[in-house]
Amino acid sequence: MFEFIRNNLLSPFVGSLFPASIEVQALYTLDALIKIIVILIPVLLGVAYLTYAERKIIGYIQVRIGPNRVGPLGLLQPIADALKLTFKEIIIPSGANKKLFIIAPILSLAPSLAAWAVIPFNDVAVLADINAGLLYILALTSLAVYGIIIAGWASNSKYAFIGSMRAVAQIIAYEIAMGFALVGVLIAAGSLNLGDIVRAQDGSLLHWFWLPLWPLFIVFFLAGVAETNRAPFDVSEGESEIVAGFHVEYGGMAFSIFFMAEYANMMLISILTAIMFCGGWLSPFQGVPFLGEPSIIWLLMKTSFFLFLFLWFRATFPRYRYDQIMRLGWKVFIPITIVWLVVVSVLVVAQIPPWFD
Amino acid sequence: MTITAELVFIVPEITLLVLACIILIADTLHIEKHATLTYWLAQIALIVIIFLVLIDFPDESKRLFFGNFVSDSMSGVLKVSICAITICVFFYSYDYLKEHELIKGEYFVLGLFAVLGMMVMVSANSLLTVYLGLELMSLSLYSMVAMHRESQTASEAAMKYFVLGALASGILLYGISILYGVSGTLELPALSAYIEAQSGNNILLVFGLVFVIVGIAFKLGLVPFHMWLPDVYEGSPTSVTLFVSTAPKLAAFAMAIRLLVDGMGPMAGDWQGMLIILSVLSMAAGNIIAISQTNIKRMLAYSTIAHMGFFMLGIASATQLGYAGSMFYVMIYALMIMGAFGMVILLGRKGYEADNLDDFKGLSDRSPWFAFIMLILMFSMAGVPPFIGFWAKWFVLKEIIANGYIWLATVAVILSVIGAYYYLRIVKLMYFDKPQQMTAIKASQEMRFILSLNGLSLLFLGFMPGALMTLCIRAIGY
Amino acid sequence: MIEQIIFYFFAAILIISASMVITVRNPVHAALFLVLSFFSSAAIWLLLEAEFLAITLVLVYVGAVMVLFLFVVMMLDINLAPLREGFTRYLPVGILVAVLMLLFMALIVSSDSFNLNQAEGIKHAADYSNTAELGLILYTEYLYPFEIAGAILLVAIIAAIALTMRKSKTLKTPKPEQQVAVKREDRVRLVKMESEKRDT
Repeated sequence: MFEFIRNNLLSPFVGSLFPASIEVQALYTLDALIKIIVILIPVLLGVAYLTYAERKIIGYIQVRIGPNRVGPLGLLQPIADALKLTFKEIIIPSGANKKLFIIAPILSLAPSLAAWAVIPFNDVAVLADINAGLLYILALTSLAVYGIIIAGWASNSKYAFIGSMRAVAQIIAYEIAMGFALVGVLIAAGSLNLGDIVRAQDGSLLHWFWLPLWPLFIVFFLAGVAETNRAPFDVSEGESEIVAGFHVEYGGMAFSIFFMAEYANMMLISILTAIMFCGGWLSPFQGVPFLGEPSIIWLLMKTSFFLFLFLWFRATFPRYRYDQIMRLGWKVFIPITIVWLVVVSVLVVAQIPPWFD
Repeated sequence: MTITAELVFIVPEITLLVLACIILIADTLHIEKHATLTYWLAQIALIVIIFLVLIDFPDESKRLFFGNFVSDSMSGVLKVSICAITICVFFYSYDYLKEHELIKGEYFVLGLFAVLGMMVMVSANSLLTVYLGLELMSLSLYSMVAMHRESQTASEAAMKYFVLGALASGILLYGISILYGVSGTLELPALSAYIEAQSGNNILLVFGLVFVIVGIAFKLGLVPFHMWLPDVYEGSPTSVTLFVSTAPKLAAFAMAIRLLVDGMGPMAGDWQGMLIILSVLSMAAGNIIAISQTNIKRMLAYSTIAHMGFFMLGIASATQLGYAGSMFYVMIYALMIMGAFGMVILLGRKGYEADNLDDFKGLSDRSPWFAFIMLILMFSMAGVPPFIGFWAKWFVLKEIIANGYIWLATVAVILSVIGAYYYLRIVKLMYFDKPQQMTAIKASQEMRFILSLNGLSLLFLGFMPGALMTLCIRAIGY
Repeated sequence: MIEQIIFYFFAAILIISASMVITVRNPVHAALFLVLSFFSSAAIWLLLEAEFLAITLVLVYVGAVMVLFLFVVMMLDINLAPLREGFTRYLPVGILVAVLMLLFMALIVSSDSFNLNQAEGIKHAADYSNTAELGLILYTEYLYPFEIAGAILLVAIIAAIALTMRKSKTLKTPKPEQQVAVKREDRVRLVKMESEKRDT
């Protein structure tokens, strides 16, 4: 499609404005821009309907119906919510640091969207097929905390500040476990490129990394839940303890951006788990005709499953106590990952089939 | 040689690292009041390391690991001495720490890591390894100084040591980066070859040299970069002072030799002058300020500054024999200062530090034997023949005279005579003054035995300095 | 040409944010400007095809070190005014040091080993992986220094824990494993008593 646009629609237009050398670069930029839009719009739509899914699923778990008024089956509910939030006033508290107060939500949303740049949707569809994709993901997920810290500090409010302090300690603790889990994936796949990681899992359901990296798989996903500040690790929001934590002072659009960042992060963690441990776009029925074809649909189904787990956790588990979270992160997850790194290295060096032969 | 084949040559280092980690884990799992297990394991580890170095004693110079590591006789001799000194230091420390309720398993673990850093420095063959070894050693020492959390002076000492040490490392690193930027190599022999090839006076190389020398002078505590030394010696727990003042000096000697001789040998003309200025200043300031001290730890700190100045003279002579003389000097110095701080530990007791000169008053009435040992130590430090301290000074002086620096030798002798005053004052206090307290000396039998051995060794070595000197000459001569 | 524009763009941000770090009044703002300067230097590294270093800079410094730094700065509520008092007094020394460092840098960069005369930087093939190359050199040529650096970090951890972890004697903490292991017999005592006759 891009080739078509480039050759027929844009080239005469761009060529008349710029010299030839710039034309190539301009086209390249345009191509990237289109790809970004093609990725971002589904992501943002996904965020909107994830909120709907959350309310429906939790509703059914609690034997309620959930939203059912706006549109058929309540399907237009997210649109209504978005409209409502857009038209609300953004109140900046007195004594707040105005610039940082406004910047904070942006800083929180930007990394969670930027991380999608290296996500491969199938063998070829990836915006930036870079070598250090895994590192890039790690770097960007670690940035999300800035939005929270700055929001908590700039609000000039005790509850918000407590929330942001909790978020910092929690994210630092779980990022290490998450990083180590990713190191395990790196050792197993022998590459930092996300596409190569999926290709290294080629084979059947049993070839995927969830089996040889089982503890890392669990640690990664749970650390992901903690990193996104979702229940049962949502102490930085903790609506029953500190009202709403870091975004207690935010309203309207500013609040909805935090909301979007949280859900975009959830989707990111889910798709990463699917890519790194569950074979990405590969089919679980490899070898079977039609069903065995690798496809983006498989990826989306796996992602949806992990997203469902996020919602299921929220409906099931009570919130962790703060010291228990720290304990789990530092004293359980990190040792587990370190031990399993050694195991994975041995498996790789010994070339244990069927994964590492 | 492949890397795997080269591993044989760093077996002592690898073993020390592994043992230190094992001891650390054993310490966390086995909680007891006096960390006895950790202490004994640390001692055993050091003995094992000495054994490992001796088994495969390097008798020829080998440059390994892509030129990052050198294995030669000097490194072998120094590694054995460092470990042996650390064994004694741990021995003295254990009693002290138990008595003053400062004991923690981490003390010994950090000590082992400091020894590892020293071993890395001793056999460093590139600017990078010199620096990393230095940092490994310093970091362990900083935290050992800070370990006495309740004491304000210890915290202050640790802070000063850390900030000034970090500054010194920064300066050294800056010099190293200049040298690397100019020559494009980190390897010391290659750097030396580059300087040789340049032959002209490259101003940048001189700048790099200046920064490196300032870094070394900071670490050794040479005037005018000595400000941290008295405070650190006085403020830290005596056991840590003991450690800081002994084994790291050997490593610092090796660092100076590696950087100046191996790395910048062809620039000897440039660094000789700088070292002479530093050493004359140190001898003068150290010896004169020491006279006015009333705290023995502080006095010994200034005496250290003076000794370091003297020892630098040997390197400044820029001859093989001079380096051997320096090596001899620094080993003897470590032995002497260890005995001196051992005495301070011996006289102290629970909740009381015998760190005032007054505590030595009338020691001959309280314990004639230890007064005698202290007499040997002080005479030896002052350089009175026939004690070994005299020979140490003599070898260095002989070499600088042989190189035509007669005025320098004269200055050194005059300053040493001034220095003799405060050593002999202690002897006077011990034998001719009335004791201020008559409490019996409370120390374990082993402590008494080792300390006596420490003191007597200075006397015996004084009668036969030849063997040790020959060893030093052979070690330096590769 | 675009590469140059990008370079100058990030270099300008780097210089501006770095100078803001030392001039702004609010310590939190200073820390955030430091984050920005790390970011722009990471971008410049990316231009040099050193993507591993660039991303690691963001990951380690921005993602971890500066977060903790901000954490502390926000908690401490530092008043910077007293720290600035000596500014004019120390300014000449500062300028002298800065000029000297600039001079050194100019001298070293213009020396032979840097070879500035070559017109173009070395371009790598498309499949060049900076990460793989760094890994290769770290585990062969620099294996020995690399392992020592690891030991230094271990010492830092041990020292930090040894210096900060103190068990307070008065502190009482629940021990979950004991709480969970409690049986009914530990807490409840069933007492059988003979019924007594009421005094009449």
